[in-house]
Amino acid sequence: MKPSPFDYVKPASLGEALSLLSDSDGEVAVLAGGQSLMPTLNMRLSSPSLLIDINGITELDGIEVVEDVIRIGALTRHQVVQSSADIAQHAPLIAMAMPHIAHPAIRNRGTFGGSIALADPAAELPACLCALGATIEIAGNKGRRTVSAVDFFKDLYETDLADDELLTAVEIPVLADGYRSAFEELARRHGDYAMTGLAAHGLIDGDKVSDLRLAFFAVGGTPVLAKNAAAVAEGKNIGDEMISAVQSALEKDLDPFDDLNCSAAVKMLYAKELTSRALKALIR
Amino acid sequence: MTNRIEINTTVNGETVSRMVEPRTNLVDFVRYDLELTGSHVGCEHGVCGACTIRLNGEIVRGCLMLAVQADGGLVETIEGLSENGKISDLQEQFLIRNAGQCGSCTPGMLLTADALLESNASPTRMEIREFISGNYCRCTGFEAIIDAIEKTAQTRQKER
Amino acid sequence: MSGSEGLSIHDRPNSYIGRSVPRPNLPRLLKGRGSYADDVKLPRMLHAAFLRSPYAHAEIVSIKTDEAEKVTGVFRVFTGDDIAKVCSPWVGVLTHLEGLRSPPQHALAVGRVLWQGEPLAAVVAESRALAEDVLELIEVDYKELPPAVDMEKALDGDAEVIHDVYENNLCWERNVNQGDVDAAFAASEVVIEEEYRFGRHTGVTLESRSIVADFDAGEDMLTLYHSTQAPHMKQALFAKHLDLDEHKIRIICRDVGGAFGLKAHAYGDEFATAAMSMVLKRPVKFVADRMESFLGDIHARDHIVKGKIGVSKEGKILGLEIDDLTGIGPYSVYPRSSAIEINQVLNLTGGAYVFENYRARGRVVFQNKPPMCQYRAVGHPIAISVAESLVELAASAIDMESMQMRQLNMAADDDYPNKTVTGIPLENLSHQESTTKLMEMVNYQEIRNEQAELRSNGIYRGVGFGALIEVTNPSPAFYGVGGAPISAQDGCSIKLDAKGNLIVGTSVTEQGQGAEAVISQVVATAVGITPEKIKVISGDTENTPYGGGTWASRGTGIAGEAAVKAGKVIRNNILDVAGILLQSEPETLDIRNNQIVDDENGTERMSVAEIGRIVYYRGDTLPKDFQAEMMVVQHYLPKSFPFAFTNSVHCSHLEVDVTTGFIKLLKHWVVEDCGTVVNPQNVDDQVRGGVVQGIGGALYEECIYNDQGQLLNGNLADYLVPMAVELPEIIVGHVESRTFESDLGAKGAGEAGTAGAPAAIMNALNDALRPLEAKLTRQPFTPQRVLEALGKV
Repeated sequence: MKPSPFDYVKPASLGEALSLLSDSDGEVAVLAGGQSLMPTLNMRLSSPSLLIDINGITELDGIEVVEDVIRIGALTRHQVVQSSADIAQHAPLIAMAMPHIAHPAIRNRGTFGGSIALADPAAELPACLCALGATIEIAGNKGRRTVSAVDFFKDLYETDLADDELLTAVEIPVLADGYRSAFEELARRHGDYAMTGLAAHGLIDGDKVSDLRLAFFAVGGTPVLAKNAAAVAEGKNIGDEMISAVQSALEKDLDPFDDLNCSAAVKMLYAKELTSRALKALIR
Repeated sequence: MTNRIEINTTVNGETVSRMVEPRTNLVDFVRYDLELTGSHVGCEHGVCGACTIRLNGEIVRGCLMLAVQADGGLVETIEGLSENGKISDLQEQFLIRNAGQCGSCTPGMLLTADALLESNASPTRMEIREFISGNYCRCTGFEAIIDAIEKTAQTRQKER
Repeated sequence: MSGSEGLSIHDRPNSYIGRSVPRPNLPRLLKGRGSYADDVKLPRMLHAAFLRSPYAHAEIVSIKTDEAEKVTGVFRVFTGDDIAKVCSPWVGVLTHLEGLRSPPQHALAVGRVLWQGEPLAAVVAESRALAEDVLELIEVDYKELPPAVDMEKALDGDAEVIHDVYENNLCWERNVNQGDVDAAFAASEVVIEEEYRFGRHTGVTLESRSIVADFDAGEDMLTLYHSTQAPHMKQALFAKHLDLDEHKIRIICRDVGGAFGLKAHAYGDEFATAAMSMVLKRPVKFVADRMESFLGDIHARDHIVKGKIGVSKEGKILGLEIDDLTGIGPYSVYPRSSAIEINQVLNLTGGAYVFENYRARGRVVFQNKPPMCQYRAVGHPIAISVAESLVELAASAIDMESMQMRQLNMAADDDYPNKTVTGIPLENLSHQESTTKLMEMVNYQEIRNEQAELRSNGIYRGVGFGALIEVTNPSPAFYGVGGAPISAQDGCSIKLDAKGNLIVGTSVTEQGQGAEAVISQVVATAVGITPEKIKVISGDTENTPYGGGTWASRGTGIAGEAAVKAGKVIRNNILDVAGILLQSEPETLDIRNNQIVDDENGTERMSVAEIGRIVYYRGDTLPKDFQAEMMVVQHYLPKSFPFAFTNSVHCSHLEVDVTTGFIKLLKHWVVEDCGTVVNPQNVDDQVRGGVVQGIGGALYEECIYNDQGQLLNGNLADYLVPMAVELPEIIVGHVESRTFESDLGAKGAGEAGTAGAPAAIMNALNDALRPLEAKLTRQPFTPQRVLEALGKV
């Protein structure tokens, strides 16, 4: 199982990479961490004629806190995110999600931006960004633009990213006073993609929750923000009755599909269970 | 056919210069071009961990990296880590505890265990299980491996 | 004759039997210095890649290879017809399984493809990557045919008949009828009926199947570096189908990266690789990649069993009935056949118990899925799951502790030799002692108390058992009598070198289970030489005695006994020389710690190394009429019993999250009786590894197919095997009931873990869910199925 032949180029700057992207004929693939791309190449599920390795573009690497946002460069490795004190402090939801992403050797190479750009519907980080109201920064030959995470994810493996653009960074609002996060997922085995997962974020005052964002993953083609459920939760104290009302509302928010591990009905059941767990965790 | 690319890398302390096809992955390069066959190929889609190699001091999946990406890098394989003695205590405990059976997963498992102990000198058994959860072993049931890693950690702690 | 001549191996001084000596082949594996088939790189070596059918059933209308053959670096493209000219087809039947039928199977498909993944063409090129590129240039015109996928429908009148030479898709049927089952059920206090389903799964050896075929046109000699567990069998098969004399084939399998049964069969891609090397007169390598392993390796299990048990109010088993249906793919696999698994199910169900009335039907059907054949613990997990579940259900129905009911129905430990209900002799088992020991280890009452307490908090824990007998050390009754070139005997050669070291050849292979360690320990003990002075060679048909290889838990019991015998002979031969040199009677001498000693008091007289020196360099100092023989070979075949049955008993303790259907394994215990334990740690780890493969079948592993016969999870990310985080600690205890057939007294230990774990888990799961009136009988027990059983989805 070897990849089809391709040419390889490693630009040293973002500009160079963007020119390569727009100038290339044929199918081009961007190599960041490669932890999802490489299997598809090895299995010949995709056969690009050119691979653009962006690992030399150092400006895309690193985490910094700029005023009220924490900025994660697209090339920042999962391992770096996982061990970052800034992430733990300012975006604890991301820190909670990291141990669920694959395994140590994968996290050493896999990149934050790559995971977002791939938009695997069962992946943790896209849902976290939707829950946190993050912004995706994109560079193209015409300049940079930003798009909200919620708008970025279009469909199964489809994003707002055009063929000649690169995802350069993600900006997450730093944790505001009173906000808390919870992360829950059910996977058959540790490190596997989730059967159902939930990234939750909201303003907590005692037992009362408001501005709740429940971002589910592995239940649709993209992360799904449960708006009806959040509306039901708004301003209420987290408790058994409230939880079951929120769970009922999920039926209007989610339309899961069967996968190899479980049916849509199980996913719905899991979504409800994870909602309960997450809500309780928010006030723990 | 695509153009071959020259790469220069340090493998187990030796400088290596080779022309490689861009599509050649790192573990195939190490195994077939450099004839360091201790790194194994188990799945070629990044799941099994048999191809675990150290690149610039970090463990990586050898099947999920291209050889060209090792250009200018520092590659270490089971052969190098055996010869320089870095993991000799782990190997000793694996031997005593029978923590390798068929040997397919063993080199990758050792490199992973070594990376764990570098980052966590006294892991709990569950932390060990979690850290090696991306390394498939079909023979041992993992218990011997966990015992051996735990024992190595304890021995290192005592010697400190 | 030495003073210790008449003694058993168990009476030898300085014994290494029963000691956890580190395995001698492990250090090099730990250093990445193993030598697996894919590590072999030969001058002028080429690489093969195979084109595999995308359809489960299709006619090959045409294959065009001309575009592919034009590519620089491609040496040849072979179709099924090309290979058929140099490799004859085979038929995977055994004559003692009466009525078993299967049509000839070609190495590469000819005319039709019968499963998704069946190889039909091959490219040989200068690199594997290029060979794969060129596969895309082969144009095949397929005419899709309706596949027969569902084994339950395979015998229906309107089912697609896969082989038109037969009237239907039946491959084999066997019926057993002992006693009067109907009368037994009529007389029973309770009769329990249940249906059990077992998923199709596969072995997933971490090293995939691999072969480097090197045909030397100068000598007409074919050397095969091959990942296999039965080198002499493979030698015979390759010779037969490639029309070579057996001595013109050498099989080398130094290190094998896991086998679990799946490397003991004939695979078309491997035969084609050898054939292509002969045609091209160059070495050709083929290593199955993981995707083609899922499609090309044998699969296993895939049974639907209806079971019925009748018990008296005292808990005696009065009658047992099973009806087993299994789908085995389009061919019975060569040469072991695909009927052995069901045959084992019929032979072994209820085998732990004494009862008189038994009726069983087994039907094997063809279908358009990958061929099914022997995988670790062949048939046992099915037989044991069915019987042990029925026993627990029956015990529950009469309100009896299931272990009490088991013990009531097990023979007393002193009531052997004995026979199973189908008449298979059992030599020496220890069910009573083993179950008693298990119950002590488990601390059963405490678990029950905790269970009751936790249930009131909505936490559902369960405890379940699985008792079993296991087939080990098979005699020729297993395969040889059915006409297969599979040796049931094994050999051991020992050569003393001039420095007092022993070079030992064994006919069993090493694939991680510790065969070389066991042979080394036995030889060390039998001769009196320390293990570091012993080198064991395995996996080379030119340098080891003839034998069966390593499968069916036979290595220690059979090859180990050959090593006992060979060790004894060479010790005597050495002592004969020592007797001459020391002017002592050989029987007054012995060998201990590499020294010739006085048997009586251990006084050192001379070193064995000195014997080596004199024999090889100064033979002139020995009497004219004396010839020293410092290389010996001995063989061993079990003859008194068709199998050396072992017994063991498992206990699983688990917790079910009834909200999510997730099962958490808390602990697993096994008491295993494999007779003499040569290397305790090794045996424990065999049991543990086996248990984990049993856990795989019970909770995770399943080849998921759609109704068109397409495998949906044929990769390692989607086909789930048990991993470190999800596994419990596994506690292993032993009882030692030796087989009296051999001096060593060892039976096999490699499969009992896999055999019994699924039963114990199923019983623990159903014990946990009993208050919720939920029951699961379909393996693997996925969260989905648990939730369905609970009525939650």
